[in-house]
Amino acid sequence: MENDFEPKIVAFVCNWCTYAGADLTGTSRIKYSPNVKIIRFPCTGRIDFMLLLKAFSNGADGVIVSGCHPNDCHYTSGNFHARRRWVVFRTLLDFMGIDINRITFTWVSAAEGAKWAEVVNTTASKIKELGPYEAYRKITNEIWES
Amino acid sequence: MARIGVFICHCGENISATVDCAKVSELAAGLPGVVYSTDYKYMCSDPGQSKIKEAIREHNLTGVVVSACSPRMHEPTFRKACAEAGLNPYLCEMANIREHCSWVHEKGDATTQKAFDLTRTLVEKVKNNHPLESIKVPVNKTAIVIGGGVAGIQASLDIANGGHQVILVEKQPSIGGHMSQLSETFPTLDCSQCILTPRMVEVAQHPNITLYTCSEIESMDGFIGNFNVKIRKKAKSVNEKLCTGCGLCTTKCPTKNIPSEFEQGLANRTAIYVPFPQAVPNKPVIDRANCRYFLTGKCKVCQKLCPTGAIDFEQEDEIIDVKAGAIVLATGFEIKNTDFFPEYGYGKYKDVINGLQFERLASASGPTQGAIRRPSDGKTPEKVVFIACAGSRDPAKGIPYCSKICCMYTAKHAMLYKHKVHEGTPYVFYMDIRAAGKNYDEFTRRAIEEDGAKYIRGRVSNIYEKDGKLIVRGADTLLGGKPVEIDADMVVLATAAVSCDGSESLAQKLHVSYDPYKFFAEAHPKLKPVETNTAGIYLAGACQAPKDIPESVAAASGAAAKVICLFSNDELTREPIVAKVNRMPPPIFSTCMGCEMCISICPYQAIDKENITNRNGEVIKTIAKINPGLCQGCGTCVAFCKSKSIDLEGYSNKQVYEEVLALLNN
Repeated sequence: MENDFEPKIVAFVCNWCTYAGADLTGTSRIKYSPNVKIIRFPCTGRIDFMLLLKAFSNGADGVIVSGCHPNDCHYTSGNFHARRRWVVFRTLLDFMGIDINRITFTWVSAAEGAKWAEVVNTTASKIKELGPYEAYRKITNEIWES
Repeated sequence: MARIGVFICHCGENISATVDCAKVSELAAGLPGVVYSTDYKYMCSDPGQSKIKEAIREHNLTGVVVSACSPRMHEPTFRKACAEAGLNPYLCEMANIREHCSWVHEKGDATTQKAFDLTRTLVEKVKNNHPLESIKVPVNKTAIVIGGGVAGIQASLDIANGGHQVILVEKQPSIGGHMSQLSETFPTLDCSQCILTPRMVEVAQHPNITLYTCSEIESMDGFIGNFNVKIRKKAKSVNEKLCTGCGLCTTKCPTKNIPSEFEQGLANRTAIYVPFPQAVPNKPVIDRANCRYFLTGKCKVCQKLCPTGAIDFEQEDEIIDVKAGAIVLATGFEIKNTDFFPEYGYGKYKDVINGLQFERLASASGPTQGAIRRPSDGKTPEKVVFIACAGSRDPAKGIPYCSKICCMYTAKHAMLYKHKVHEGTPYVFYMDIRAAGKNYDEFTRRAIEEDGAKYIRGRVSNIYEKDGKLIVRGADTLLGGKPVEIDADMVVLATAAVSCDGSESLAQKLHVSYDPYKFFAEAHPKLKPVETNTAGIYLAGACQAPKDIPESVAAASGAAAKVICLFSNDELTREPIVAKVNRMPPPIFSTCMGCEMCISICPYQAIDKENITNRNGEVIKTIAKINPGLCQGCGTCVAFCKSKSIDLEGYSNKQVYEEVLALLNN
C-alpha cells in the first residue's frame, strides 16, 4: 500500500447533534484530517443506507454515520430508527461480502467537538490502512457493464 | 437551465488564512450551471449582502451558494438577503468552509481543495432545490405550566400578568412545592411560607390562571403554538364546587395514622386531609389508598358530617383536553431519602433524618412547632451532626454532580439549630464549601464564626448506635485524615437532589430531551438555558438541574418572558422542510402501496391514511398522507419508505444523491 494514499471519506450527520458538534470542533480550532467531508441531514433517521452504497460505488473509501446520542434525538426517535437500520444493514452487508470496517457508526453530541475530531482521525487512519476500496467499485462497474 | 451564483467569504482572515478563496471562486466559476462567482472579505456584512442581491438581479440567478461559516450561524441571514432581492429564500444554500474546513485544517492545497469540494457539493444540491413557501401557523395564546412549586408559580403569575391565559397543572393536592415545606431560607433567614403563601393565594385568585391540582399530563401532541394536551385530573372524592373548605370532615376521620407527606413522615394525617394549613386550594381530598370506605366498603363518616354534601365517593378521574401555544416545565426535584445510605443507618435509626425533615422540625408550623426535638424520644439534641454531600458528588452512588443547595442549607440548619438550642453544638462534615452567590459566602462564614458551627472537612464512614447515642465516625482531612468520632444525638443528611420520579416518562410524552440523571435538557447550556430543543416548550427551576430559590425564580421569569414573546405573534412561520407523499395522474395516483409503515414510525403522528375514491365514491386505493402542520421534517419516513414514495423538501433524494456524487467525483 502506498503511504501517500489519501482516502475519501463521506460523513452523513444530523443537523442537531453531530453537525453542531463538528461546528464546535471548528470553534475550538481542533485540527483533524481533511479527508472527511460532511453532508448534512435533518436527522440520522433520514439517512437512507442506500446512500452509503452510492458513496462506495462512487469512490468513497470510508463512510461515517453520526447523530445524537440515544434519547437526545431532536425528533425523539430518529436515531433509534437509524440504529436499528444499522444493525440490520450491517449484518446484510457483511453477508454480501462488503467490508463493514469501512463504516463508522457513532454518536457525537453538540457538546463533543473533541470527540468529532477523534472520530474523524481514527476513521481516516483506519481507512488509510485498509487502502482504496477498489474491490467494491470493480464489482459495481462489472455489474453496470454486464 | 440553472443559473447559480457562488459567493466565497474570507470571514476576515478566518477562512482566507488557510483557504485560497480567490482560487475557490475561480474554480467554482468553471462549474456547470455557475454563471457568477466571487469572493469577498465579509459576505455577511451589509456590502457583502448587497453583492449577493446585485448579482441575483443582474445575472437573473436561480440559485445561490454562499461558502462561509456554518449554516447554523448565518443561513437565515443569507436567505433573507436572497428574499429581499426577489429570489425564493429556499434557493439559497450555504457551504460550511469555516467550522468544517478552514478552522480545522492547516493551510495548503488540500484545504483549498476541500473548500472547493464542499462548495461544488452545495452547487449540485441547490440545482435541485425548489422554491418553497414558509408555513404559517396560528398561535394559541394559552400556556400550560406543569408543576406548582415556586418556579411554576412564578412562571404562571408572570405569564398571567402579561395578559395571557395559564393552565397550571400540579400533581399534589396543593401548589407550593418544596418551598412551602421550608422553615427559613438562606441567606436572609426570612420565613419561607411568609414569602410564598401570598403568591400561592395570588395564583388561586388570578382571573387568567386555571389551576388543576391532583393532575398530571396524560399525553401531548402538536407543535409550537398548537399543542393539544390531555390532563388527567385524578378523583379527589370531594366535589370542589360544593366544598367550602370548612375542614369538619377531617376532624372525625377514623384513619389517623398515615405518615404526612408534607411533614416528611414526622407527623400523621387522616385519610381525608388538607396537606397543610395554607394549602391552595384549601379543600380536602380523600387518599383512596388509605380510606376505610375504599378499603372495607364501610365508614362514610366524612360524608355524614359534610354540611354541603361535597363528599363524592363515586367521583372518577377526569380527562381534560386543552389546547395551548406554549408549555413551561417546572416539575422541580426530589431528594434522595429511602435506604440510600445503609452506611449512615438511614431508615434504621430514627434520629438520622434528611434535610427536608430538619426543615419541618425547625418550622414554626411543623410537628414540634419549631422546637428542635429528635424524632425517637422527643429530647432536645445536644450534639447534631450535619453531613453535606450525602450522595452528591459521589460517582460510586451514581450521582457525580453537585446538588448545589446543600452547602447553603446545611449552614442554615447549623445556624437555626444554634439559634434554637443555645447550648447545643452543630458539627458539619463537608467536602468543600460551595457558597457562590450573593451574600452566600458571608452566610456560611456567619454560621462558622458567629454561631460556632464546627466544620470538619472530611467524609463520614459510618454511623452506629451505642447507649442511646449515634456514633459518627469520619476523618478530618485537614488534619491528615485523623479519625474523628462524635457521639451525636441526631444526624442530618444533606441528601442529593435528584430529578422527580416520572420525569423521564413526562419528557418522553413531551418530546423533550433529558440528561443521564433525568433532568430536562436545555437547548443550549449558555445561550438557551430556559428553552428545550422542542420549540414552544420551556424550562423553569430545578427540573433542569438542582437550583436554589432565586435561580428557580429567575429561570421561571425567563421562561415566562419567552412565552410572552411567542404570544406577541398572532402567527408563526415555520420552515417548510416537510415530507410529502408523491402523487401522480390516474390510474397510478401514487407509488405509495399503503403499507402504513411510515404511520407507525412517525414520531409526530403526522401521517395518516388517505382514501382515493372514484366518481362513485368507491375506494380504489389507500395511500399515506402527511399533515404538513404536524410534520417536523425529520425524514425518518423517507428513509423508511419501501417504495420510495416519500420525499423531504430541502433534503430530497435527488438533492442528497447529487450531493454524494458531487462530493466524490472530482
